[in-house]
Amino acid sequence: MGRITLTNIDRAYGKLKVLHDINLNIEDGEFMVLVGPSGCGKSTLLRLIAGLDQPSAGRIEIDGADVTPVTAAERGLAMVFQSYALYPHMTVRKNLAFGLENQNMPKAEIEKRIGEAARMLEITDYLDRRPGQLSGGQKQRVAIGRAVVRNPTAFLLDEPLSNLDAELRISTRAELAALHGRLKTTMIYVTHDQVEAMTLADRIVVMRAGRIEQLGRPLDLYNEPANLFVAGFIGAPRMNLLPAKVTSVQGTGVTLEGPGGLVATMAVDTASLTAGDSVTVGIRPHDIACIDDTATGEDHLDADVTLVEALGPETVVHARIAGDQPMLAVLAGQPVAEEARTVRFRLNHEKLHLFDANGLRVPAT
Amino acid sequence: MSSGNATRNRIGAAVAAPVTFAASLLNRPLKAWQKLTGNNGMAAFFLAPNMAIFGVFVLVPLVMNFVYSMTSGSGVFLGDRNFVGADQYQRLLDCSNYLNPRTCREDLFWTAVHNTVLFVILQVAFMAVVSMITALILNGRIPARGFWRAVFFFPVLLSPVVVGLIWKWILQRQGLLNFALFESGLDPVDWLLNRDWAFAATIAVSIWAHMGFYTLILLAGLQAIPRDLYEAAEMDGTRPARVFWRITLPLLMPNLLVVIVLSLIRAVQIFDEAYVLTGGGPGTSTLYLTQYIYEVGFASLLRNPGLAAAASIVMGLVLAVLTLVQLRMGRKGEEKGKR
Amino acid sequence: MSRVFAFLIRRRGGSGWHWTDIVTWVWLVGGLVIMFGPVLWLVFSSFKTPAALSEFPPTLLPMATQTVVVEGYDKPLELYRVTTEDGEERRLAQVRRVGIVAQMVDPEDPGTLYKININDRVPVRSVDFATGNYVEPMEKNDFTLYLRNSVFVTVVATIITLLTNSMAAFALSKYSFRGRDAVMLLIVATLMVPLPVLLVPLYSVVSAVGLFDTLWGVILPTVATPTGVFLLRQYMLTIPDELLDAARMDHASEWQIYWRIILPLAAPALAVLAIFSVVWRWNDFLWPLVVLSSKENYTLQVGLNTYAGELNVQWHFILAMTVVTMIPVVLVFTFLQRYITSGIAGSGLK
Repeated sequence: MGRITLTNIDRAYGKLKVLHDINLNIEDGEFMVLVGPSGCGKSTLLRLIAGLDQPSAGRIEIDGADVTPVTAAERGLAMVFQSYALYPHMTVRKNLAFGLENQNMPKAEIEKRIGEAARMLEITDYLDRRPGQLSGGQKQRVAIGRAVVRNPTAFLLDEPLSNLDAELRISTRAELAALHGRLKTTMIYVTHDQVEAMTLADRIVVMRAGRIEQLGRPLDLYNEPANLFVAGFIGAPRMNLLPAKVTSVQGTGVTLEGPGGLVATMAVDTASLTAGDSVTVGIRPHDIACIDDTATGEDHLDADVTLVEALGPETVVHARIAGDQPMLAVLAGQPVAEEARTVRFRLNHEKLHLFDANGLRVPAT
Repeated sequence: MSSGNATRNRIGAAVAAPVTFAASLLNRPLKAWQKLTGNNGMAAFFLAPNMAIFGVFVLVPLVMNFVYSMTSGSGVFLGDRNFVGADQYQRLLDCSNYLNPRTCREDLFWTAVHNTVLFVILQVAFMAVVSMITALILNGRIPARGFWRAVFFFPVLLSPVVVGLIWKWILQRQGLLNFALFESGLDPVDWLLNRDWAFAATIAVSIWAHMGFYTLILLAGLQAIPRDLYEAAEMDGTRPARVFWRITLPLLMPNLLVVIVLSLIRAVQIFDEAYVLTGGGPGTSTLYLTQYIYEVGFASLLRNPGLAAAASIVMGLVLAVLTLVQLRMGRKGEEKGKR
Repeated sequence: MSRVFAFLIRRRGGSGWHWTDIVTWVWLVGGLVIMFGPVLWLVFSSFKTPAALSEFPPTLLPMATQTVVVEGYDKPLELYRVTTEDGEERRLAQVRRVGIVAQMVDPEDPGTLYKININDRVPVRSVDFATGNYVEPMEKNDFTLYLRNSVFVTVVATIITLLTNSMAAFALSKYSFRGRDAVMLLIVATLMVPLPVLLVPLYSVVSAVGLFDTLWGVILPTVATPTGVFLLRQYMLTIPDELLDAARMDHASEWQIYWRIILPLAAPALAVLAIFSVVWRWNDFLWPLVVLSSKENYTLQVGLNTYAGELNVQWHFILAMTVVTMIPVVLVFTFLQRYITSGIAGSGLK
C-alpha cells in the first residue's frame, strides 16, 4: 500500500514562504507528477514527503498514519536523486546493499534482492564497478536500482532524467513507465519538463510559486487548462494567447473580438461575463490551419510570416498578426513555402479556450 | 587487479576490521541519542570532543593569561599567586628611552624586542626577495621543474632542532664554512661567537629553512596567471622587465602580501632554530621574544610567570593585529578572485 | 649521454644563451649546493670517528686509517705508506712512535724493526663508516626511549587530530544549528593565538589536570588544531548534500553517515592533514621542552637539544642522532611530496 495524503502543508524558511497550504491525495499505485518552473516548490514538497525536511505546518499521512514527525529512514520510502547521489567510494553492489544492511537484513535476502533488481534493470554486468566508471545512463539505472531493492511503499523521483542527453532521456522515460507498470508502486515524480509529465503521469500537479495551480489527468490538463498559467505550461509548443474583448453576451455564449479581425462566438458559461470585458482567447498551435490566400469567408486571420521551420511531416510557422501579436502554428504536411511572406490562418473555433480577466478558465457549456 | 594491489587491500581490510567494529559498536547508543535529540544533538556530539579539548587547552589558557599577567610570585597555580594589578606591565614598560634597552628596568625584555624587530625586518625582506626570485626561476622554462622545486622545499619539513644542529655543525670554529674560507685564503671566523655574525646566522638559517614554503605560495600564484596575458604582451613586443613590473607583479600582489604577512607573523615568534643554534647568545645578541618568555616563565632561576604572561600578551596583541590584516587581505583577495 | 646534456642545457626559446639563462642556472646550482650541501655534509659527518671529526681540513667522506693484525702484537697496528731513503715505497705497520721517529714493521715479515722519520710516512686511509656513532647512543643512552616517545606522541596525536577534527568539521559543514557561526568565529579567532602567547597559562592548565611531565601533556594541547578543522571543513563542503540525503533515505544514522560516507569521501583531505600532523608533531620542540621535565619522557627533539647543550659535546653521537631524527621526515617528503606541495598551494597550510 502507498496512499499518501498531504493536508494543509506550509513550508517557510524564515520569512520566505515556499509552500502555501498544499492539499494533495495520492492514491496507491498512482504515478503522480509534480511539474512547474524552477523555484515553484515542487522539490521542497518532495523532500517534505521524503522526510528530509519538515513542514512548518500541516500533516503528512502514509496509508492513513500520520508520519509528519517520523524520520526519513522510517517512512519506508525510497528516493532517486537528480544527481543520482550514488556513493562514489562503493561498488554498485555496495550501493544497492547499503540501505538494506542498515536495516540489518540477512545477507542472503540482500543478495537475492540485488540479483532481482540488477536483472530487471540490466545492471548485472557492472555490479562490481564503482559509480565513477559508469556512464550517465548506467548511473541512472543504479540509482533506480538502489530504490527498487528497498521495496518501498512509494518511490520519490527528483528530476531523475535531467542529467541525461536527449535520446537517453526518451528511452529511459519509457523504461520508467514500464517499471511502474510492473511494480505498481506509488511513484511521485518531480520534473520541470511538461513532456515528461504528460507521458508518464496518471495525474499531474502543476505548481507555481508554492501553490497548486491545477491537479488532473494529463489530457484533462491539456484540454481544459484551469488558468492561463497551466494553459501556457502544458503542451508544446505553447498555446497562443490573444487579448480579446467581449462584444456581446447571449444566453448560451459570448461573441468576442480579437486582434487582426478575429471574431468568434463561443458557447460558454456566461455568468461572470459582461460585454466590454477584457478576456484572453487561447488557441493551440496544432489547432490552426492554413488556408489559401484567395479563399474568401469571414473566418480567417492574415499574418506576416517571421520564420518557417519545415520539419517534413509538419511545418512550424512563426508569424505576427495585427502587426505585433505573435502567433505560432504547427501545420500538418508542408503547406507553406519557406520563403512565404504572408499566410492566412483559420482557427478551429471548437478548440478555442477562453480565460476571464483574472486568468481563470471560462468553462464551456 | 595486480597481486600487490590485492595484498594491500587485504592488509587494509585487516587493519580496518577492528576499527569498523568499534565504530559499529558506537552506532546503537548514538542512534538512541539521535532519536532523543535530533540533528542538533548530533551536531553537538560531533563538535564535543574537539571543542572540549579546544576549550581546556586554548580558551581557558587564553582567559587565564590575562589574570596571570596581573599576578606575581613563582607559584604555578593561580591560588598561590598575589594579585598585583598592572604592576607587571608597568615593570615591562618602565623605560626612560625605549631605543636603549639599558635604560629600561626590564632590560632583557627590551633587548629581546629590539632583536626581534630587527630580525623580523631583515628576515621578511630577504625572505620575500629570495623566495620571489626562486619562484620566478622555477616558473620559467627549466627542465625537471619538480626536482628543483623539491630541492628548495625540503628543508621546510626538517625539524627546527635538526636545522639548528646542522648549521651549528657547519658554522662552528672548525666547520665546513671556515674550511671553505681557509681554502679561498681567507681568515676563519667564529660565526656563532661573534655578536653580529651570530645574529646574521639566525636570519640566514631561518630563511634557509622556510623559504621553500613561501616559494611554493608564490609559485602557485605565478602559475595562476593566465598564459595568454604573456602571449598578448609578447605580441605587443613588451620588454621582459616591463612584463614583470606591469603584469607579473600586480597579478602576484595578493600572494606576495600573503607571503609577507605570514612570514611576518612567524618571524615574530622565532624561537626553535635560533635557540638551538645560538641559545640566545653570544651574550644577549640573539635573544628573541619567545625565548625571553620561555626563560622568564620557566627556565631562569628567578622565574616570574606573571611577567612572562604580560610579555606574551604584548606579543599576542602584535600578532593579533597582523593576523587581522592577513584575514582582511584574504577576504579582499577572494573578492578579487570572484570578480 | 649527449642527449641528456642537451636536455639539461636546453634554453629559453632555443636560440642562444640569454643572460636570464645564466642567472637561472647560477641560482639553481647555487641553490642545490646551499640547500642540499649542509644535509649531505651532516650525513657524511655522522659516519666519522671523533678523531676524523676534529681533523682540519676535513674530508668529505668518512676516512679511517687502515689497520693490520701483525703476528706478535696484540692490538691491530696502523698501516702507513713509507718512502725509504732509496726512493722505494713500502707498506709498514707502526708499532710505536718516539718523538719524530716511528718504529715500524713489515706485516709480511714482522721480524725486523725499522726506524722511520714521521715525515716520510703517510697513513693508508680508506672510506670507513663509523656505524658505532649510531649503535652506541641507541644502546647506551636514552635515544631508543626518546625515539619511542616521539613515535608515540606523533601517532597518537595524529589519530586524535584526524578523529576530532573531522567530526567537528562534519558538524560545521553539514549541519545548520544555532551558534554554528559563533563556533566558526571562535575557531578563526584562535588562529591568532600561537603557542608562545599561551605558554604560561597552558603550563598551569596542564599541571592542574595532572598531565605535567607526561606524553599526554604533550599530545592533548596540540590536537584541536583550528587549521585541521578548517582544511577538512572546506573539503567536506564540496561533498554534495544529496549524498547525505540518499544515505538518510537508506536508513543510515547520522553516525553512519559520518563514518561510512563522509570519512571515506574526505580521504584526500584527511591524508593531507595526516601528513602535516605527523610532521608537526614529530618536529614539535618548544612545548615538549616546557612540559617534559624528566629525561625518560623526552621526545627526540628535546633529548637531542639537551644532549647538544651538554658541556662535553660529543658531536659524533649528536650528528648521528640528528640524522635519525631527520629520517621519518625525509621519508614522508620523498614519498608524499606531491600531497604536501599541493596541500600548501591549496590552503596556505604549514
